[in-house]
Amino acid sequence: MFAFIVRRMFQSVIVLLVVGLVAFSMFRFVGDPIDNMLGQERTQADIDRLRTELGLDQPFPVQYFKFLQGAVQGNFGVSYRQGRPVSTIIAERAPATLELAFVSGFLAITLGIALGVFTAIRRQGVAANIIMTVSLIGVSLPTFLIGILLIYIFSVELDLLPSFGRGETVMIGNWSTGFLTASGLKALILPAITLGLYQMTLIMRLVRSEMLEVMRADYVRFARARGLSDRVINFRHALKNTLVPVITITGLQLGSIIAFAIITETVFQWPGVGLLFINAIQFVDIPVMAAYLMLISVMFVTINLIVDLLYYAIDPRLRVDARAT
Amino acid sequence: MILRNLMIAASATAIMAAGASAETLRWARAGDSLTLDPHAQNEGPTSALAHQIMEPLVMRDHSGALVPALATEWAPSEANPNVWVFKLREGVTFHDGAEFDSEDVVFSLNRAMTPDSDYKELLASVKEVRAPDKYTVEIETDGPNPIMPNNLTNMFMMDKGWAEANNAVKVQDYEGGEDTFAAKNANGTGPYKLVSREPDVKTVLAANDSYWGKDEFPLQVTEIVYTPIQNAATRVAALLSGEVDFIQDVPVQDLERVAGTDGLDVRTAPQNRVIFFGMNMGDADLTSDNVDGKNPLSDVRVRQAMSMAINRDAIKQVVMRGQSAPAGMIAPPFVNGWDEAMDSSSATDVEKAKALMAEAGYSDGFSLTLDCPNDRYVNDEAICQAAVGMLAQIGVTVNLDAKPKAQHFPLINNLETDFYMLGWGVPTYDSEYIFNFLAHTKGEKYGSWNGTRYSNPELDAKIVALASETNLPERDKQIADIWQVVQDEQLYIPIHHQVLNWGMKSDVGTVVEPEDSPKIKYFTLN
Repeated sequence: MFAFIVRRMFQSVIVLLVVGLVAFSMFRFVGDPIDNMLGQERTQADIDRLRTELGLDQPFPVQYFKFLQGAVQGNFGVSYRQGRPVSTIIAERAPATLELAFVSGFLAITLGIALGVFTAIRRQGVAANIIMTVSLIGVSLPTFLIGILLIYIFSVELDLLPSFGRGETVMIGNWSTGFLTASGLKALILPAITLGLYQMTLIMRLVRSEMLEVMRADYVRFARARGLSDRVINFRHALKNTLVPVITITGLQLGSIIAFAIITETVFQWPGVGLLFINAIQFVDIPVMAAYLMLISVMFVTINLIVDLLYYAIDPRLRVDARAT
Repeated sequence: MILRNLMIAASATAIMAAGASAETLRWARAGDSLTLDPHAQNEGPTSALAHQIMEPLVMRDHSGALVPALATEWAPSEANPNVWVFKLREGVTFHDGAEFDSEDVVFSLNRAMTPDSDYKELLASVKEVRAPDKYTVEIETDGPNPIMPNNLTNMFMMDKGWAEANNAVKVQDYEGGEDTFAAKNANGTGPYKLVSREPDVKTVLAANDSYWGKDEFPLQVTEIVYTPIQNAATRVAALLSGEVDFIQDVPVQDLERVAGTDGLDVRTAPQNRVIFFGMNMGDADLTSDNVDGKNPLSDVRVRQAMSMAINRDAIKQVVMRGQSAPAGMIAPPFVNGWDEAMDSSSATDVEKAKALMAEAGYSDGFSLTLDCPNDRYVNDEAICQAAVGMLAQIGVTVNLDAKPKAQHFPLINNLETDFYMLGWGVPTYDSEYIFNFLAHTKGEKYGSWNGTRYSNPELDAKIVALASETNLPERDKQIADIWQVVQDEQLYIPIHHQVLNWGMKSDVGTVVEPEDSPKIKYFTLN
């Protein structure tokens, strides 16, 4: 077990280094930040001076090495766009994204599993069929369209929910939270649904098909023959055995909820790290892009590690295999 | 510190929202101000926000005329033609109570001339700034500079004592790695005080009760809540649902929707920005064309033919939905040197264009690549697409290469494009600014945006001479002469002047400013 973790950690570091290297080699294709940073009146001399000052005249391996040097010491540099340390900016923005991701992840998992079980058990029911049909929309409509549709219906036409922003936030230490005010909670609803809809339908469909599979298995029939109640069969025997693939997918999806909240955040002007990243790309704010990509890869690597460890906990067979080899 | 500010701000806004919501203006536009440091970024949204908090010596009103701000009078010195004398407004205080005087002006202008400042080019001719007494400032330039005050309209004044006390003497610089105080805080003389600011999220300003112009301006808005909303559809939705009162960038496709909604208005005015194409006419051969050994664009007849092939009215109707003014010269209408005859000289004539092409020896046409931004100007990529079709009519096969602005502009700067789109605004409202950047041979000091490779030493000399010509009628004549050359040579292919559309609640009274920089102190609320 310990050896496994050490091995995975080592692999993770290599993954991070490669991500950084690829990212840095890509930055030159994103464009040149100099024109965004200097005004219309800049001269050739200004351009050259700033380029040297920022080290952009150096080859990308050198730039990458310098970035790593700073990053190891916890210094991600200064944002070209805002002129403030990247670490401060990301720390300011992270709560917004994490709260949004948490709420939409929670919605996706609870509703996804509940509806999945329901549609599996009542396979022929009218309600289940309606849910299945509607869920197709969730899978097939792009996020930005869902977001704009929700804004149109709930903000413009019905005037119920805010179309943008986080509402009032309250600071708890360094964490700005929207959970404690009415406007903050209202502002969460539309973005959370937009972000979580795809994940919810995915989990729902997965749970449903796994459940259908398991319901045909011999041990469920035996359980039925033993006269166990439906509830015990459905939830203790069947659902538990569908969870391994569900956990894998949910884990990975949780990562992408955080990483790819970009579109939802742009549509709802949600002040999180995704919006920060979009702005950074448009402005070619290299320090912010680099730090964001590194953070996201750290997150994915960590989530994968946790998911792997969870397998051990859920599936006893893996433990047996590990001992045998 | 920031956190505490935010908490206070959050509670403050909550209280104000309950108490005085009628006078709050909720204002949104696509981009946020990049910094509160008044000299770090010379960029639209940044100076638009700064104008509420800080003030320059002179500023422009909505008609583009220079009006007094912190200076009450200004004139060239009678003793020395190289010196401009500014009389300062007396009894003005900064938000923290400090008095505004000539020492602050000297400090601010010197600060704006340091290497990290984004405004130093506008002050490039300044030799010295002096304060002979408490309310007089003298600006000495290295030669007579007749349009010096035009360069000061976005040059904001800071308090010397405040800057020194808060370690903000230096302009924010990216290499330093420090969080500068002036980037997050502001102490100006302006009509509104900074209450709180969260970059890219929300900025709250409150009326300055000790403002010098309290009786001069309506100042009906007592609180400003400024929110950037990037996504155009969301921005419009926020206006439609009543969550904001005023948005700056209304997308052309939503104009009818906003104008047709009860209680909302769209107000329109020509913008200080002209859109045009530049051509590489200087190189011996082009890399992106299919003609070997020579450059078709070096022939003025080809350039004229290409200009004649562009149907500007069709672009206006189809691409811009009526929201543009076809252009014949690359100067916006309120700029000194603009000429009505020149600006309406661009008629479409495909037959004549074909004849010119044949005369130049290109009756079979040629092909070349057009570089175009896709996130900078209103419908920029669509304009280029339309131009591709129009140029095909005279046999010029254009391959369109549209890219984000961060990739497009370096092409012009590095002379890597043969045919490109560019837009130009003229903050000084004078043609000299256009010539310096777009017509003069590209070099260290001048012509930094001239991607045409055009080089005419005689014209260059005339352009440089403008800076020190103090006889204004003579100077205007010189400007007209230079324009004549620019037009005859078809240095650029003008397309149109952009039009600004502001959307707002009908009870908000304001006039659209060509700089796209609203000054909320002029706003009225009924």
